[in-house]
Amino acid sequence: MATLQTRATARLMMSPAVILLFLWMIVPLVMTLYFSFLRYNLLMPGTEEFIGFLNYQYFLTDPAFFTALGNTLMLVGGTLLITVIGGILLAIVLDQPFWGQGIVRLLVIAPFFVMPTVSALVWKNMLMHPVNGLFAWIARSFGFQPIDWFAQLPLFSIILIVAWQWLPFATLILLTALQSLDGEQIEAAEMDGAGALSRFFYLVLPHMSRAITVVILIQTIFLLSVFAEILVTTNGGPGLQTTNITYLIYAQALLQFDVGGASAGGIVAVILANIVAFFLIRLIGKNLER
Amino acid sequence: MGSITLEKVSKSFGTTAVIPEIDLEVVDGEFVVFVGPSGCGKSTLLRMIAGLEDLSGGRIVIDGKDMSSEAPAKRGLSMVFQSYALYPHMSVYGNIAFPLKMDGQDKAAIDKKVKDAANILNLTNYLDRRPGQLSGGQRQRVAIGRAIVRQPKAFLFDEPLSNLDAALRGNMRLEISDLHHQLKTTMIYVTHDQVEAMTMADKIVVLNAGRIEQVGSPLDLYRSPRNVFVAGFIGSPRMNLIEGQEAAKQNAVTLGVRPEHVRISKTEGAWKGTVGVTEHLGSDTFIHVQVDGVGKITVRTDGDFSTDFGQQVYLTPEPARLHRFDANGQAIPN
Ligand SMILES: Nc1ncnc2c1ncn2[C@@H]1O[C@H](COP(=O)(O)OP(=O)(O)OP(=O)(O)O)[C@@H](O)[C@H]1O
Ligand SMILES: [Mg+2]
Repeated sequence: MATLQTRATARLMMSPAVILLFLWMIVPLVMTLYFSFLRYNLLMPGTEEFIGFLNYQYFLTDPAFFTALGNTLMLVGGTLLITVIGGILLAIVLDQPFWGQGIVRLLVIAPFFVMPTVSALVWKNMLMHPVNGLFAWIARSFGFQPIDWFAQLPLFSIILIVAWQWLPFATLILLTALQSLDGEQIEAAEMDGAGALSRFFYLVLPHMSRAITVVILIQTIFLLSVFAEILVTTNGGPGLQTTNITYLIYAQALLQFDVGGASAGGIVAVILANIVAFFLIRLIGKNLER
Repeated sequence: MGSITLEKVSKSFGTTAVIPEIDLEVVDGEFVVFVGPSGCGKSTLLRMIAGLEDLSGGRIVIDGKDMSSEAPAKRGLSMVFQSYALYPHMSVYGNIAFPLKMDGQDKAAIDKKVKDAANILNLTNYLDRRPGQLSGGQRQRVAIGRAIVRQPKAFLFDEPLSNLDAALRGNMRLEISDLHHQLKTTMIYVTHDQVEAMTMADKIVVLNAGRIEQVGSPLDLYRSPRNVFVAGFIGSPRMNLIEGQEAAKQNAVTLGVRPEHVRISKTEGAWKGTVGVTEHLGSDTFIHVQVDGVGKITVRTDGDFSTDFGQQVYLTPEPARLHRFDANGQAIPN
């Protein structure tokens, strides 16, 4: 694509795809923006009218909003913590040569292929169920009172489920990073008298820092909009304890039929996501430049 | 101090024996070079001495102590890798300081040693840079700096110059030799470049398929190679190896004569041949001559000698400089 002509041709050839993608993004965004300035309740058809920023005012002053914001951050942060630390440890284990390595790697990656609804249901009914669940059975067989996960530790339970789904992704990315570490560097460090811990902190971790930032960025984008896991387990409850922004918007639109308020919530979510993305991109940019 | 003794050292990967059994003595302060063709086990042997590779059999004794199963860091040796293996996230300073830091020395002592090493190696202006921002030769020096700050009993080099261009290689060769004279520490140096071996070594160990073919000073190996392999490996251009009738005349199966020990003349001589390719190096001229009944012979002569392709010439080997080898490739004493 060196000459002017080929570049122009390339633009022309690319334009259908780009235009389609652009429409794909802009139409829903503009419609949401438009709805967010309307009084638009499905229970009162025909009363739609322009009400300015009233929807935003209601959404942002709703105490549920701040709870949901806090829950969203907790959910994202907690899941990132578990998946990044767990992913590093798992990657190190999987990088060791051992018998049956191929099968174990496959098993570790498997959760990623289970759809969120299904995995949440499996966790809810087979693992965390206070009567029939595996955890309850383990607790009882040691003579403890079983934990009623979704009643006592609702948000933590959700975090566990989501982390279980994303751990394979983190492990996979971090494993490839680990495998690209030059073996001679490790040997040089060994000769320099660095023990296993020093080697990890001085060589392995800096080497993986780029991959770790990539994991954080990609996961954050997806974790900001966790929904299915909440819907099939706790329905945002008890109270508002597991309601994140996504779920709050859903509740607004489809439980209270307030399309206008939900649209305002959606726009707020977009703005929040962009703020997060802004900081993440800066963080990544710094890390990727090296 | 840094004497290293290998006793019946052997190594196999699975069922393939890479090194059958080796005995070797490295005296304190010596510069020993391992040479041999690619895949002959030089790196493996060096890594076994370093402790990065387990022994399959035998003992490694360093300064009188059996170190066969000691961890690499405990052996008191430093290694310079072919890929340099610098730590990319640390500055040059951090790289050189790393072994001292791991040793738990205090900041002031580290600082002094790093600055001293940087001084010796002309790295003072680069201490803040990262390895990625250095040239190949500078990286090489950082790797050497990291090796010398620990004041090891011996240095191990694994083809440290093979990633550098010819001119820089020549420079670094001198620098490493210089360093050896300054520090007087034992050095074991692996290369497959026989020029490096000849110019730097006190003692050359010629390896072939995991076996030691000959050990000796560079001139020893040059003057009296013990077998055909060493004869062909040491010296550049290679020794001419002649088989057949001409060799049989001298009671040998293989007859060897170095290119610099063949006289060439346009008028008279023992062998008659036709000139093939001529390589002019300025100082020398290498002439490849096809000799009837003998084969291809390379001749080294002075830079002013000129011939044309296809010209008739006469060659005369110096009788006193002929090497004779028997059917097993072993040298027959003159
Ligand atoms: N980990 C290993 N597993 C199996 N075989 C190996 C292993 N490492 C080396 N070898 C074999 O051992 C032999 C010697 O290898 P080594 O690296 O010591 O050669 P070298 O003399 O250093 O060659 P070069 O000059 O190309 O570096 C080779 O034939 C190689 O294939
Ligand atoms: Mg090698």
